[in-house]
Amino acid sequence: MDLHTLTVGGARRLLDEKKISSRELTRVFLDRIAAHDDTINSFLLVDAADAMARADAADRQIAAGNQTVFTGIPMALKDLLCTRGMRTTCGSKILDNFVPQYDATVVAKLKQAHGVILGKTNMDEFAMGSSTENSAYFPTKNPWHLAYVPGGSSGGSAAAVAAQFCCAALGTDTGGSIRQPASHCGVVGLKPTYGRVSRYGLVSYASSLDQIGPIARSVEDAALILNLIAGHDPMDSTCASQDVPDFTAGIAAFEKEGLKGMRVGIPKEYLGMEGIDPDVLAVFENAVNVLTDLGADIVEVSLPHTAYVVAAYYIIAPCEASSNLARFDGVKYGFRAHHADDLIDMYKQTRSQGFGPEVQRRIIIGTYALSAGYYDAYYGRASQVRALIMEDFSQAFDACDILLSPVAPTPAFRIGEKMDDPLTMYLTDIFTLSANMAGVPGISVPGGFSADDLPIGIQMMAARFDELSLVRAGYGMEKSLGLNRLFPTL
Amino acid sequence: MKISREEVENIAHLARLEIDDQSKASLCEQLSGILDYMDKLAHVDVQGVKPVSGAAFMHNVLREDAPHPSPGPDVTLANAPKKDANYYLVPRVVKQPGR
Repeated sequence: MDLHTLTVGGARRLLDEKKISSRELTRVFLDRIAAHDDTINSFLLVDAADAMARADAADRQIAAGNQTVFTGIPMALKDLLCTRGMRTTCGSKILDNFVPQYDATVVAKLKQAHGVILGKTNMDEFAMGSSTENSAYFPTKNPWHLAYVPGGSSGGSAAAVAAQFCCAALGTDTGGSIRQPASHCGVVGLKPTYGRVSRYGLVSYASSLDQIGPIARSVEDAALILNLIAGHDPMDSTCASQDVPDFTAGIAAFEKEGLKGMRVGIPKEYLGMEGIDPDVLAVFENAVNVLTDLGADIVEVSLPHTAYVVAAYYIIAPCEASSNLARFDGVKYGFRAHHADDLIDMYKQTRSQGFGPEVQRRIIIGTYALSAGYYDAYYGRASQVRALIMEDFSQAFDACDILLSPVAPTPAFRIGEKMDDPLTMYLTDIFTLSANMAGVPGISVPGGFSADDLPIGIQMMAARFDELSLVRAGYGMEKSLGLNRLFPTL
Repeated sequence: MKISREEVENIAHLARLEIDDQSKASLCEQLSGILDYMDKLAHVDVQGVKPVSGAAFMHNVLREDAPHPSPGPDVTLANAPKKDANYYLVPRVVKQPGR
């Protein structure tokens, strides 16, 4: 049996039946990483000794009958989630030597469940990017085709899941950073509702948009991970006190009645859009047919402010970034430039040497848009447009239960193809940004392949706190298409 | 050009960044392109629309004002690039007399 292709659910069953141990499973992944990650480059750090120690501890829990769903399950973490005693770089040279003193809440939850942490995955520096090429360390490659990007910013996590280096991974999504790499790598990615998961210990990029979520091999796994990480946390004042359902109930709902009665909205503004790859359109149209066959009702809806989403987002996110990243000044942690004349000079040299070009670009845009004389025209107006975008979504969800769309306008692009043109890179985020702007949940599930055999995902979005509908419809799509048991050969 | 070289220099200073001369020209060009694109927001009718600053339904989050153990200076300063006893060490802030 290929243990490396196991889902969380599949591994759980074998662990509980004592057919395998966590030590054995962890070894399989570590060996596979050692054999293949020098080509994929999905991990920034692998701590084999720590992973094996956690696996042994998990095996003791299982032997004592104390296991929970994640006991002994090998996972990978995006490298902007703080891990106590384990280096956390955010893909940046400015945090090259940063060893957190505490665990992010999601990490603490995984450790408490006796999950196994294999290591930390590569990402665009400070999560700013759509290709993982902005990592200060190295670009990650798409396991389906090494000449292509895995997407980003959680490209390391998505590539690690696709390459079967772990059962599943955690990523973060500020404008599509879970969903888009999941789509490009042929795996499932779920961005929860803003406030569903605690952001404590996530190194902030844009605090009003950031969310942590699963990247997994199946919709069931995504639901199980959400069960683990969701819930109120006093350490994050934006974390909601909403009740947390068992998200796998969405699967039970599908098994019982398919998608009967579910209204699937197709935003008319998305259909006439220019620049959508024909293969992406074909996958989208097929998804419409699949959902119809499963009993869903297709309705046309309107998101009138779609044309302004990219502009508003790429003002708001850099504004928040310029403010959040002010903390990296070489004083309290991270890199400090030497030989500075005075304090201001030390700040400047530290930040200019420590941050990469895209991060500096966004800090400058944000600082500009927040500066005296420009605030009203940029940040102020973008925040008003954001209110209109939120209203669009709230109206749309009066008429439908989920919204269906592509994840990205094209399949994965070639490494290096868009690096010289930041605006073109920003425009590829058109379908994913809205969910962050409106705070609604979104899922990407594998939908098909391009003519070049690159995976193409399908996005579904639901009303705030209705991840259950995404699990139900996503599971239906997965079951009908059967794409989640296809793997790239390394 | 939407944004001049001087403006980029000024903004970089405010953001505590130092842009080398070589990068300035390309940065001006990239930022101008990006800001030109942002101009489309001027076409949206936002009359009377209340701006939002986030996607959380905000309400006051309160907790008991109860003391908690502090991690202490060893933990807090563990990542400091330079320290002296229980203090962060930074380059001189005040000018030396006579200089």
